[in-house]
Amino acid sequence: MSALLEVADLTVTLKMDAGPREVITGTSLTIAEGEAMGLVGESGSGKSMTAKAIARLLPKGATTEGSVLFDGTDVLALEGDALLKHRAQVAVVFQDPRAHINPVRRIDDFMTESLRILDDVPKDKARAKAADALEEVGIDDPAKRLRQFPHELSGGMLQRVMIATALLSEPRLLLADECTTALDVTTQAEVMAILDDLRRDRGLSMLFITHDLELAGAVCDRTCVMYAGQVVETRTAHLLHADPLHPYSAALVQARPDITSTSERLVAIPGRPVSAFEAPSGCRFAPRCPHVQDACRDGEQVLLDLDGGRVRCRRAEDLRGTLLDGAHV
Amino acid sequence: MSIEILDPVAEVEESAPSRRRLRKLGWVGWVSIAVIVVALLLALFGPLLAPFDPNSSDLSFSNVGPYGSHLLGFDGQGRDVLSRLMVGARTTIFGAAFVAIVSITIGSFLAIVTAWFGGKIDAGVSVGIDVLFAFPGILLAVLAAAVFGPSLFSAALALSLAYSPYVARVLRGAALKERAMTYIAALEVQGFGAWRLCVRHLLPNISSLIVAQGTILFGFAMVDLAAISFLGLGVQTPQADWGVMVSDGKSSLLQGYPLVSISAVLCIVAVVAAVSFLGDRLDASSKDVNR
Repeated sequence: MSALLEVADLTVTLKMDAGPREVITGTSLTIAEGEAMGLVGESGSGKSMTAKAIARLLPKGATTEGSVLFDGTDVLALEGDALLKHRAQVAVVFQDPRAHINPVRRIDDFMTESLRILDDVPKDKARAKAADALEEVGIDDPAKRLRQFPHELSGGMLQRVMIATALLSEPRLLLADECTTALDVTTQAEVMAILDDLRRDRGLSMLFITHDLELAGAVCDRTCVMYAGQVVETRTAHLLHADPLHPYSAALVQARPDITSTSERLVAIPGRPVSAFEAPSGCRFAPRCPHVQDACRDGEQVLLDLDGGRVRCRRAEDLRGTLLDGAHV
Repeated sequence: MSIEILDPVAEVEESAPSRRRLRKLGWVGWVSIAVIVVALLLALFGPLLAPFDPNSSDLSFSNVGPYGSHLLGFDGQGRDVLSRLMVGARTTIFGAAFVAIVSITIGSFLAIVTAWFGGKIDAGVSVGIDVLFAFPGILLAVLAAAVFGPSLFSAALALSLAYSPYVARVLRGAALKERAMTYIAALEVQGFGAWRLCVRHLLPNISSLIVAQGTILFGFAMVDLAAISFLGLGVQTPQADWGVMVSDGKSSLLQGYPLVSISAVLCIVAVVAAVSFLGDRLDASSKDVNR
């Protein structure tokens, strides 16, 4: 498998009223053709910003360093038509479908507008294509759905419409930014199943952003953990759960409630999550890490290759295998 | 993943919103619609329906009350009041409609342009709007009458200009809110042009507010146009117009024959009230349905 997407040493700085703020520091990740990569981390760790940088959807005034290569082309340097073309190849499905659809236009208009206007596809053909796409995401009676308005569809249905629409441009990479978070659990499972099937059928690569480690483990080949604007670990999905390399990943794994046991309190990570701009020098997780040593606080830690994964912890090798011990009370 | 797909079909009555909206009108809404329909019919066909020539005067009937088929009697110059009301509907209603439509068009355009582009364009246009706010409509009408000569057209033009800032200010807020919505951003990054986004996406989303503003302005315009005609700067005598009739009725009023002025005033009040009630109802019911 060759790398479809290669993010190397990406740093994103946003322009805020209070001055420039770094939100991602030196993020690197690669996604192979047809691979699903999970991206997990606390709120504010830079997951969405990474996705936005990949799709070139960063807010106005944002500056970037490093590189994002999509199929060999430098995404960050794209302009004009080439940028539009890039965006057609990278589809994004966001968390809240209702916010991304014009409430007074029919589903038909929403799905076919870009085909009709930007790609000059005739109306009937665009509509037929949209109906097929709806069928593909498991929506019955697509002709009727196309005639309806967004407020007449449920949240799960609308998210499926979004996925179908995203697929209309025949993308090669799907960025799913917490696309199931706003849905209830059963609908979530349906949408995930559809997403997973479609991805496998079409050989689509996917960057799946979520807070849900289990979900990431279930649908993704590899999982990437972010903390304070940095990637701290990239690991084969099932190994992240069984044998995490970074103390932060281990703490996340342990913080999940376990359905087979009861406990008074869930295990929590002490302290609060920090953003990239307020992160301490040295290892960013050091203040909250149970395994911290004085040396951790000096100097920026780089990503180390270890057992097929990558980890940003200088003690990774020492701690290997002990991270999940004893923490459960 | 092997998860069975359940289909939570959201069955919704087809075309339910529009029917529900009509039911929400209530009797006030229906009476308003009836008044507006009658007024529109008069405006369109008044001269054909009028039983007598509105301009033929017979001074021997000066200020004579209801008499035979002359249901509202005669004015000071012995002209049939009912016929004059029916014929006068045209200038009064179309004049007000012209003002409402033109000011809504200018105002919406300014609102969308400022909201869409923001920055310096927004700041510049907003200052211009603030300056226009300083001029009362009547003052502009006097100015227009001085420049173009007193006529209904100059009065209507002046009022349109005077009302536009109000529309622009109210709609700008709504347009700004809509401009910030993610669906607009999503369409923008797909490469759609500003014109298409404004006309096909932004405008329909603020249309209920535009309709509401239009009905309010129609009422204002009718009263102000009548006032301008009353001052002699709008519709010119002897042409029949409700505002002119109020003005012409002055002398009769002083002589103890109030029917001329009062009948014209009642017509104005009825139409203004009907339009603003209906606008209010439409606005309220669209809020119930959409949000």
